[in-house]
Amino acid sequence: MNISSTTEKPGLKQWLTSDTPQSRWQAKCGRAWLGWLKFTENRLAMIGLSIVLALILVTIFAPLLAPYDPLAADLTNRIQSPSAEHWFGTDQLGRDILSRLIYGAQYTLMIVALVVITAAPVGLLVGTAAGFFGGWIDATLMRITDIFLAFPKLILALAFVSALGPGIENAVLAIALTAWPPYARIARAETITVRRSDYIEAARLQGVSNMGLILGHITPMCISSLVVRVTLDMAGMILIAAGLGFLGLGAQPPMPEWGAMVSEGRQFLLEQWWVSTVPGLAIFIVSLGFNLLGDGLRDVLDPRGGD
Amino acid sequence: MFAVTRKASDGRKRARLFSRTGASLVRIVFSLLITFIGLLLVTFLIGRVLPIDPVLAAVGDHASEQVYQRVKEEMGLNLPLWQQFFVYISNVVQGDFGTSVLTSNPVLEDIKRVFPATLELATLATIIGVFLGVPAGVFAAINKGKWPDHIVRIIGLAGYSMPIFWLGLMGLLVFYLKLDWVAGPGRLDAFYVDFIEPTTGLMLVDTLIEGDMDLFWNAVSHIILPASILAYFSLAYIARMTRSFMLEQLSQEYILTARVKGISETRIIWRHALGNVMVPLVTVIALSYANLLEGSVLTEIIFAWPGLGLYITNSLLNADMNAVLGGTVVVGAVFIGVNMLSDVLYRLLDPRARR
Amino acid sequence: MTNETLLSVKNLAITFSTSKGPVHAVRGVSFDLGRERLGIVGESGSGKSQTGRAILGLTAANGKITADQMQFHDLDLRNLSKRDWRKVRGARISMIMQDPKYSLNPVMTIGDQIIEAYREHHKVNATEAKRGALDMLAAVKIRDPERVFNSYPHEVSGGMGQRVMIAMMLIPDPEILIADEPTSALDVTVQLQVMAILDDLVRERGMALVFISHDLHLVSSFCDRVLVMYQGHVVEEIRASELDQAKHPYTQGLLNCLPKMDGNHAELPVLTREASWAEA
Repeated sequence: MNISSTTEKPGLKQWLTSDTPQSRWQAKCGRAWLGWLKFTENRLAMIGLSIVLALILVTIFAPLLAPYDPLAADLTNRIQSPSAEHWFGTDQLGRDILSRLIYGAQYTLMIVALVVITAAPVGLLVGTAAGFFGGWIDATLMRITDIFLAFPKLILALAFVSALGPGIENAVLAIALTAWPPYARIARAETITVRRSDYIEAARLQGVSNMGLILGHITPMCISSLVVRVTLDMAGMILIAAGLGFLGLGAQPPMPEWGAMVSEGRQFLLEQWWVSTVPGLAIFIVSLGFNLLGDGLRDVLDPRGGD
Repeated sequence: MFAVTRKASDGRKRARLFSRTGASLVRIVFSLLITFIGLLLVTFLIGRVLPIDPVLAAVGDHASEQVYQRVKEEMGLNLPLWQQFFVYISNVVQGDFGTSVLTSNPVLEDIKRVFPATLELATLATIIGVFLGVPAGVFAAINKGKWPDHIVRIIGLAGYSMPIFWLGLMGLLVFYLKLDWVAGPGRLDAFYVDFIEPTTGLMLVDTLIEGDMDLFWNAVSHIILPASILAYFSLAYIARMTRSFMLEQLSQEYILTARVKGISETRIIWRHALGNVMVPLVTVIALSYANLLEGSVLTEIIFAWPGLGLYITNSLLNADMNAVLGGTVVVGAVFIGVNMLSDVLYRLLDPRARR
Repeated sequence: MTNETLLSVKNLAITFSTSKGPVHAVRGVSFDLGRERLGIVGESGSGKSQTGRAILGLTAANGKITADQMQFHDLDLRNLSKRDWRKVRGARISMIMQDPKYSLNPVMTIGDQIIEAYREHHKVNATEAKRGALDMLAAVKIRDPERVFNSYPHEVSGGMGQRVMIAMMLIPDPEILIADEPTSALDVTVQLQVMAILDDLVRERGMALVFISHDLHLVSSFCDRVLVMYQGHVVEEIRASELDQAKHPYTQGLLNCLPKMDGNHAELPVLTREASWAEA
């Protein structure tokens, strides 16, 4: 195969696209650059990235962006239609819906971040340990994983929240408990494919301990598929969190959580439809953003693409 | 069916194959059993960490200490935890999930009553999802990178991202409240409810058995919106998986072989490629069906659909733990059952797994 | 063997557009094919398989074909409609692929796959089709055709699978058969059996064979004429019987780096290449 090279500009770009990298660092940067190029080609993925970045910015700058106090009730201004003062109208307590949406972004992002921080390491640890050691450790860990997978996610989360009591911390815990098993599966599958490879054997011969092998040599191999899966799952986490909020089992009033806001608007659905519609739309857009981003990442990081 | 090239070792190989099949069957049953016991353990533990005192709930606030202790003993709550667990398992195996505080019926009776409603909804949704989702996925795959692919992809991603309770509300708002094309919440108009005697519990079937077309069409107008909304989620998942399986199969060598033979593109796609796609797709469809059986929780609340999801949620909000755990166990068991069924279907469809 | 030309290719070039820029897989390849056995030899990536696929119009979607001439009888292969291609493929030009493990449909019985090829091009009823398929299986020296007919591809060995492939591709009776590395996925012991079956059938039916392989000796023992390809070019065209007089250093290199029974090399020479060969 002969690849006729495109017009070459000297400098950084050439360094990045070199066929003969001089160092491991250059090779890594080159790969990252190619990945980024492929990612930016995907317009939908870029939209997803923008949505997620926007969510993060809104979360950080909520106090600056929100025109009103999200909790300040103003009963004289109940369920107003959208107007210049209140872009998305007001709710049943006269609170500005736009401000509540902006502050609600914080809860959404926080729930997702906390779930990922809890569930991903647990799944990674369980999966790599199972795949690396094999035998009865593998059998036991995977059996436990299967038991959790056998539970329908939302119902397991419901049961947990009902046992622990409603609230945002318990919602996070419940979602995390339902989220880790797939990560364990993925990590195990990746571990099994690499654990017999020569470079692991070479590292072992150099005297690297089991723990060192798992953390230093196997875990990095699992990261890219895990990142893809986690990003795609974030949308699902947002939806479950919103579902719990909708049922009154997540964030408690008066917190401006989006799912709870949809639920509060139900009573006025016919006449004041925007009270429910707008927060639902926000959930939809943010979770779409994570899905688009995850899809794009998968194309770059995990070309085999399987689910 | 065994290898056509026969060697001397064939007999031995065959014996080994049979014992392997037997062993794998035992292993499947064994692992199902373990999974089910694990499921019971989890529900059992959830029931135990609950901050509600079941004894107190039974005897009331004003009972004396002696009465309290006696009832606690009767309920078996003074036994060690592991013994309680065995009692729980043996009860569940006998179909005894306790009595619902809310309805004061045995939980199993309640579940038998509400389950058909969920089953009907999920089945209809899956049928719609398969009939639209599979062709959409195939269509997207053969037009990869062109606009039909993008449309299917966007529809699918939107389905993955939509909060179902919100879509249900919007559906009610538009098609029921504003346009009045469909009927509102519930399985039948209130006026009709007492007219029908549940035979199968499936409203569409029961009304047809009675031959009452008014009732049938009324039931249709009630189920169509929630079923379509659930179907959308099933469609999104099925179309996406069909597309990816299809792309994988279309890049296989045997597709090139079929082209070399001069076979028409239509036949290559629908006979050769889809024939191979059906193998993994069955698992996907089964999984989506199982998901709908449980995922209808929020839809059932929005549409006041008297199914298992609504039952579990109502019990939950009223701290009726027997009912919640019973419902959870049933849903989990259905999940496991559907998975096993898909395993069997897989073996039927793939000659390589058939032995 | 007549000298009538079946297929004439002039200045064939195939270019694939990839994210890393265009890849020139085949450049300026010309040859005429009569009722003979033509070998195309080269390393992987030399463009030999792409040349074969281009003759069937089965170049991947991101590949672009240009040629001054691609004439098959009275058909100009450069601009055939999809419908016309389907009348050529299988019926008049066919191809045997490398590995029966992947090139047969795993969920269709072998019989169904052969019958499908037969009935696509011949108007026969189900009974005749079945008889034809069984006869064809017998013709590729399968001892128990009925059993193989009802088997699935994973139930037969590699050598058997490749005979099935030959049966399937020959049953519509094509004029040109392309064999793309037909034996390289097989055990050494069955390679020659399969080649012998293929050779017999091609001779019997008076077909033209295009035999694509990386194995120069195998090609020279089954073919009349050999094209040697290197990086998309034909570097040498030579009669198989005159191979020892090959002029091009690449062909000589290929010949020299094979071990010989009577060879007294202490070490096999490594193939050397020169950039100029790829220009031409």
